[in-house]
This record gives sequence, structure tokens and C-alpha cells, in this order.
Amino acid sequence: MAPKLNPKEIEGKLIAVEGLDGSGKSTQIRLLKRWLELEGYKVFFTEWNSSELVKKATRKGKKKKLLTPTTFSLIHCTDFADRYERQILPLLKGGYIVLADRYVYTAFARDAVRGCDKDWLRKLYRFARKPDITFFFELPLEVALGRILEGRPALKYHEAGMDMGFSKDPYESFRIFQGKIYEEYGRIFKEFPAERVNATEPSELQQSKMRDIVKKRIDLKSFKLKAQGVRL
Amino acid sequence: MKSKRFYGKGLPNVDPGQLKGTLIVLEGSDGSGRSTQIGLLQNWLERRGFPTVVVGLKRSELVGEALAEAMRGNTLNAITLNLFYATDFADQLERVILPSLKAGFVVLADRYIYTLMARDIVRGSSLEWLKEIYGIALVPDAVFYLNVSPKILAERNFRKRGFLDYWESGMDIQRVGGMYDNFIKYQAKLHRIFEALQKEYGFTSIHGSKSVRAVFKEIKTKVEKILTASSAAERGAAALEVSAVSAENAEAPPEDDAPAK
Repeated sequence: MAPKLNPKEIEGKLIAVEGLDGSGKSTQIRLLKRWLELEGYKVFFTEWNSSELVKKATRKGKKKKLLTPTTFSLIHCTDFADRYERQILPLLKGGYIVLADRYVYTAFARDAVRGCDKDWLRKLYRFARKPDITFFFELPLEVALGRILEGRPALKYHEAGMDMGFSKDPYESFRIFQGKIYEEYGRIFKEFPAERVNATEPSELQQSKMRDIVKKRIDLKSFKLKAQGVRL
Repeated sequence: MKSKRFYGKGLPNVDPGQLKGTLIVLEGSDGSGRSTQIGLLQNWLERRGFPTVVVGLKRSELVGEALAEAMRGNTLNAITLNLFYATDFADQLERVILPSLKAGFVVLADRYIYTLMARDIVRGSSLEWLKEIYGIALVPDAVFYLNVSPKILAERNFRKRGFLDYWESGMDIQRVGGMYDNFIKYQAKLHRIFEALQKEYGFTSIHGSKSVRAVFKEIKTKVEKILTASSAAERGAAALEVSAVSAENAEAPPEDDAPAK
């Protein structure tokens, strides 16, 4: 017999942020998290990065340049699945508001630019629940590039899209790669619903608009421990 | 020879028309005699001068090791396990199977996508989803399914190793009931799924409880036909002279893999 966990069976909510590097989405979702947690809601934050399980293989693939667009996509999907099955889904079932810094749309954009079939990608990720709210951070490409490349940071091989052979110069390659991702994001959010955030506005203005949307679309009071009938 | 095609959309930048080799798949559980038959087939082919390469599950350079390691930890959830195997398959497909076929090799696959699909279906995935994922897979020239009853499989595993494998007993799905009962149940389930897949994909089903020699003869006859047809197509009218190599000439199988009496 399965133990009785949550008598009220509150379904969790999933909020994702998407956008280019340099769009400020990570800052905004962290602020959103701080707000929700200070208000006393059950909230959990998860990032688009490697789970322990798959990390080693991904590192090997990158280092030895074994990855093709298909295996690049599959290994990252495996990685995501591990995080999804181990963390995101159980938390949602446990009545949490889960905040995701990047979600499947990141893979849709990045892997499509690498040449994977778009329809295949959507089907591959079909196991992942759609977010209740997706915030898409919009800003002109040049602004995003400026923010990232300003300090001439060291760019990693795959991060710069060097595997695509766009250019021998990592900065030039990064510009081309991000430009293509930017275009693909545009197409993706014609296909999938998203709340658009103007990422050129002042931070606190972006945040207050996001909070309004969250309040409007999610019945926050049901995400208090007490409201869920859980006594610790 | 029929030209090669993918099950679905295939892979970016691959033209299946250029793949002139032959892809032969053997499916069947551990203890079905699969590896023995692969070994015999490889010897037979190489003796006849066909360059041959063997691929199989968990053997990719990319994730083979990581996958084996993760499975030792028993911490993988079903979808993750599925996708991990899909990555392992795709790596071998792109970096071994396709280049080998392009170079005209015979590729022997010691299990292929069907095992992966069957395992995932048992664990709750839909066939429809799996078909989409494995739309990247190439349609083989022949698929042989070695059909052996769960009890015989168990017996052969005991003789070979002395114990039943955790995953082949489906212990990740169900622990209650003990390993032997779970092995029998799990293998029976897989078998039912394979029967359904057989209808869909047209495998050649062979009773794996027959003698090693008899099984090999069946496989060999069919493979011979395929190779003759493909070389005839390749060399125009000049069909390859097929010297019948009898099963008697094939090397004796290792003792421990001999079928249970």
C-alpha cells in the first residue's frame, strides 16, 4: 500500500523563464523565488544544468568532440529527464511551485539550430509537462550580445557553437549562433504560449509585472503548507 | 537489393541511399543464445571475406560506461533510462553503424531498438512515443528474434552465471515476489510485447530452444539470400558465387551457452 501523502492532492505549478543569455532572466527568476519564499509559499528553483548522473558522459562527449547534433540533443534530454523524474515531477506532485531557469524551449531552440528535426525534438520532450506560465524575455539581439561579450569572457566550445563551423573566431561564432537561436525563439513562441517580458525595462518594473501575472494566474494561497493540510 | 531507409525522419545530413552494406539484427533475452549466434555469424561472414562489425547495447564510446555505472547504482527512473539508452544507440548508429554500412560492411547488431522499445513499454512508455524517438533508426535488412521460454532462459542464466540479472528480472519495477518469480513474469511480459512488435516490424522468429546448429542454419540461410541479392545488385549481373559453408564448419559454441536440455 502506498502511504497517504497529501490528503488534498494539490497539483503543483510550473513557472519557466526563457530567453537569450544576457536577457536577465536568471536575475528575474531568482527575485521571483525570493518573493515567493518570503511570502511563505512552497517553492523550489531548478536550473538547466547537468545532473550528477549524466554529467560525466556529457563532459567526455564534449572534450573528445564525440557529439553530433543528435547525440548532443539526446544526452541533454537524458540529463533533463533525470532532473525531471527525480526532482521536478515529484515536487509538482507534492504541491510545490517549481521555478525553472530554462526549460524544454531552450532545447527546442538550441538543437534546432544544430540541425535536429523540430518535430522530432517536440516529440522527444513530450514526457515533460508544459509550464503553467512561461516568461519569455525579449530584447534586441545586439543588446544581449553586448551584455555577454562586453568583458570578452572565455567562451566554451559548444557554448559558442564552434561545433557548427560558423566561424573560427569564438566571438564571431557566438554572435552567429545566438542570432540563430534568437530567430528560433521567435518562432517557438509563436507556437507556444508565453508571457513576454520586455527585458530592456528596469529590473524592478519587470519583476513587478511578473509578480502581477503570477498572482493573477496562480491561486497562491493554496501553496502554503497550512493550506495543504500538512503539519510538520 | 532494396535501398535503405529510416523508420522516421532519420538523421540530419544522412542519405540512406549511400549505405551499401547489410544490417542484420539479432534480438532475444539474455540466455536466448543471441551472443553465440552473433559469434558464429561473424566467423562465417569473415571466413567468406565479408568485413563485419558488431554493435550492441551499452557499447557506445559516448555513454556506454556512464550508462553501465548508472545502472549499478539502481537510481535511474524509467524515462531517464530510456533516453540514456537512446543516446547510446544514436552514438553507435552515427559513429559505427552508418559509416560501416557506407563502407559496405555487414553490421551485426546484438540487439537493436526493439529490445529498448519493449523494455520501455513494460515501464509505461507508449509505443507511439518510442516510434518517434527511434525514427532516427535505420530499417535493418533482417531481424531475427530468438524466442525462448522464460523458464529455459532462467535455467541458462543459472548455468552461465549462477544468478539472475537485476534488470533482466525487472526488479526496478517490482521487488515483491522475489527474483525468480519476477524474472519469469518480466520475461513473459517482454515476450508478449515482442510478439506484438513482430507483427508490426516483421521479424523472423526462431525457436531458440532448438540446437545451436539448427538455429544457426536458419539464420545463415536467410542471411545468405540477403547477401547474394545485395552483391548481385552491386555487381550488376555477376552474382556472387555462393559457396555453401555448412554449419558443420562453423566453430563450436562455447560450452556455457549451450541450450538447456
